Amino acid sequence: MSLAFGGVVALQGVSFDVREHEIRAIIGPNGAGKSSMLNVINGVYHPQRGSVAFKGRRRRRIDPYEAAKLGIARTFQNIALFRGMSVLDNLMTGRNLKMKRNVLEQALYLGPARREELEHRKKVEAVIDFLEIQHVRRTPVGRLPYGLQKRVELGRALAAEPELLLLDEPMAGMNLEEKQDMSRFILDVNDQMGATIVLIEHDMSVVMDLSDRVVVLDYGRKIADGTPEEVRSNKAVIDAYLGVAH
Amino acid sequence: MQETSRDTFPRLLLKQAEIRPHRPAIREKDLGIWQTWTWAQALEEVRSLACGLAAQGFKRGDRLAVVGDNRPRLYWAMMAAQALGGVPVPLYQDAVAAELAFVLQDADIGFAVAEDQEQVDKLLENIPQCPKLQHITFDDPRGMRHYPQSELMSLDALQALGRDFATRNPEFLAAEIEKGGAGDIAVILYTSGTTGHPKGVAQTHAALIETARVLVAFDGFTEKDEVLCYLPMAWVGDFLYSYAQSLVAGFCLNCPESPETVMTDLREIGPTYYFGPPRVYESILTQVMIRIEDAGWLKRRMFHAFMGLAKRVGMDILEGRAGVPLKDRLLYRLGELLVYGPLKNVLGLSRIRVAYTGGEAIGPDLFDFYRSIGVNLKQLYGMTETCVTVSMHASGEVKLETVGRPMPGVEVRIAESGEVLVRSPGVMMEYHKRPDATREAIDAEGFFHTGDAGFFDAEGHLKIIDRAKDVGRLADGSLFAPKYLENKLKFFPYIKEAVCFGHGREEVCAFINIDMAAVGNWAERRNIPYSGYADLASQTAVCDLVRECVEKVNRDLSADAALTGSQIRRFLILHKELDADDGELTRTRKVRRRHIAEKYATLVDALYSGKESCFFETQMRFEDGRIGTVSADLRILQAKTTSATAQRKAA
Repeated sequence: MSLAFGGVVALQGVSFDVREHEIRAIIGPNGAGKSSMLNVINGVYHPQRGSVAFKGRRRRRIDPYEAAKLGIARTFQNIALFRGMSVLDNLMTGRNLKMKRNVLEQALYLGPARREELEHRKKVEAVIDFLEIQHVRRTPVGRLPYGLQKRVELGRALAAEPELLLLDEPMAGMNLEEKQDMSRFILDVNDQMGATIVLIEHDMSVVMDLSDRVVVLDYGRKIADGTPEEVRSNKAVIDAYLGVAH
Repeated sequence: MQETSRDTFPRLLLKQAEIRPHRPAIREKDLGIWQTWTWAQALEEVRSLACGLAAQGFKRGDRLAVVGDNRPRLYWAMMAAQALGGVPVPLYQDAVAAELAFVLQDADIGFAVAEDQEQVDKLLENIPQCPKLQHITFDDPRGMRHYPQSELMSLDALQALGRDFATRNPEFLAAEIEKGGAGDIAVILYTSGTTGHPKGVAQTHAALIETARVLVAFDGFTEKDEVLCYLPMAWVGDFLYSYAQSLVAGFCLNCPESPETVMTDLREIGPTYYFGPPRVYESILTQVMIRIEDAGWLKRRMFHAFMGLAKRVGMDILEGRAGVPLKDRLLYRLGELLVYGPLKNVLGLSRIRVAYTGGEAIGPDLFDFYRSIGVNLKQLYGMTETCVTVSMHASGEVKLETVGRPMPGVEVRIAESGEVLVRSPGVMMEYHKRPDATREAIDAEGFFHTGDAGFFDAEGHLKIIDRAKDVGRLADGSLFAPKYLENKLKFFPYIKEAVCFGHGREEVCAFINIDMAAVGNWAERRNIPYSGYADLASQTAVCDLVRECVEKVNRDLSADAALTGSQIRRFLILHKELDADDGELTRTRKVRRRHIAEKYATLVDALYSGKESCFFETQMRFEDGRIGTVSADLRILQAKTTSATAQRKAA
């Protein structure tokens, strides 16, 4: 995978694989190209060279909604929820691509549209139950504390019933208790819902505990790839994080 | 219902399923909607649970521990145990593993039903010390997939096992229920003792059912009533008011979605009967007052104007007293439309016919507030050992300072020492495995010694002063009733908890816990920044606020010759809230006086030795059981006292 924005090279010849049902972490110093990598998988950025193979099909250019339809869902580092809408409505938007009835049918709330709405509501309630956010079901998202907003963000991604879940710094800005909660949810998603997870994270202890395998990026290049233990003792990784005297 | 002397809870369940099979028996909010089970359906669930337990080897007389939030399946598990002639032992869901160990051993628990993974983990932790515990059934399967322990089974699997057993032995359950007698023990409830280990109070079917019948008759409960079950299942109140009463009267129990959603669920259900300790009513009122402060000018004006009217005439209207001028009546009606009605609606209290409080004294402002807007709030008095019911206010005879008249069938006598003695059908059978404590508590004539000091007023209402052993004397011999003082302090919204010292001392000093929500809001209005509880508690402005409250209490005390000596001279504000997890409060949030005096001995000394401040470090326990330290430099403050003569001159 190679991605450049004019003269700025974000990714340079990065290749790695993600096995089904594993938790894969992408780590690296700031500016290493981690979010760009996620955006490429998701279809937000189109790479100049390289392609993404998902479930056997290899494609170079993919659009975000196509990726979503294939079963790839993601969260955003800075939270991209609809601040004025309630938690419930935000999660329902996660079901958007699965809604088959047309606008007129939904507006008139006729038989088939009503049945479909109830189906979606049921799935969303299961996600609410899973994430333990019943008590803020009807609260406008903008009024929630940061930690809860991140959980709702995760909820919206889960509502789409993804096979591949991309998490962009899910623990950013959280205290120890919130990180423990989020870690538990991520493990449960992987375990109970069977989703494959790719996550970008800075907190080393979270990465070491949660992930099965790790990819390390630095200045757009891949510098290590392996299990957490292998990566932790890799000299190139240590140099990248701590810096080397030139 | 005839055959009152033979009734057991399982027989009552059968009766309800026979008389009103299609009426709702219990509801639970799950996945956002209320799911209802009728009496007939409830019976089926209990049948499969009971047969499942029997298949696992549950015998007559065995104990079943039940631990979790209020869930239909946990209530059914209790009924199932009783149907087999066993005894359910409900436990507090927020107890830590070590606390559970004592009860599990004391009650010889072999079978347990837990709500979810959290409770299962606590039980598993205790298995090494409690080898008898061999069957743990869990309701919520979340997180339970990878547990290898052979003791575990899901409730679904247990019920499947039970249905299978029932098909092979169709007459089994009916036969077992027939074998049960009214004199059998129906439940063992562990009292969260303020001193030492908890004691298991064993109550029979007869005692509980008889008491429930009296209560149902007293307030006229029918099958149409609705009750929200949000109080701990381990507490006698929930067992009596929810479980027992619904089996006697046939009304519906409603289980909230989770502890955090209780207030919204309250609004959705609109119960007709409500019980809560004063704390709950207080927190509701605090939230209302906070939100009023945030409301627009017009709403605030309306609120304060109509609340003023309610204060003047509301209670008279509620009691149906004559002498309220027509103009006021009409205004009150208008108030009902504009203010009281919507307020009650938001709080979920619109359909309340009777609301009770008890367990501790309630503040006058609080009590008056609810009654003045038309919520029929009354007090009651009792304890686990007497099936709660000793005395209750009858509608129309409600007085703030008393706890009502003794209930029908209850004899109350005041001993020489001032201790309240009770004899009634509801008095417990015994303390489980504690014949010594039982002998101490119930005397030869069958009177239970409550341990509370009280007296009867001119109209035959009972008044409770304090725990008999806590009523002390100051160094000069004058009366020192710490609970009385603490209650007066806690009546202020800014003070959440208080502990007073003074027995055998020259003067009275106090520890005070501020109420984070109320004081935080107060501080924000005055643009006082704070970083957390400890920080807020140490601010000068907050110290002054609390001092004002203490001084007001002192003024009130100075009006009474017997109490003027108890005025609070010095006090300090604690940097951490007193907590049940640290052993400072009981699980029902009563102060553990002796424990606190020992733990904070340094601070008590500082109060009495005239120091200005004192550095103190405490250990506190986080909710997952880990221990951390909190330290602070606490300021000791003087409060002005009013002399008795000055007060009388002013009057």
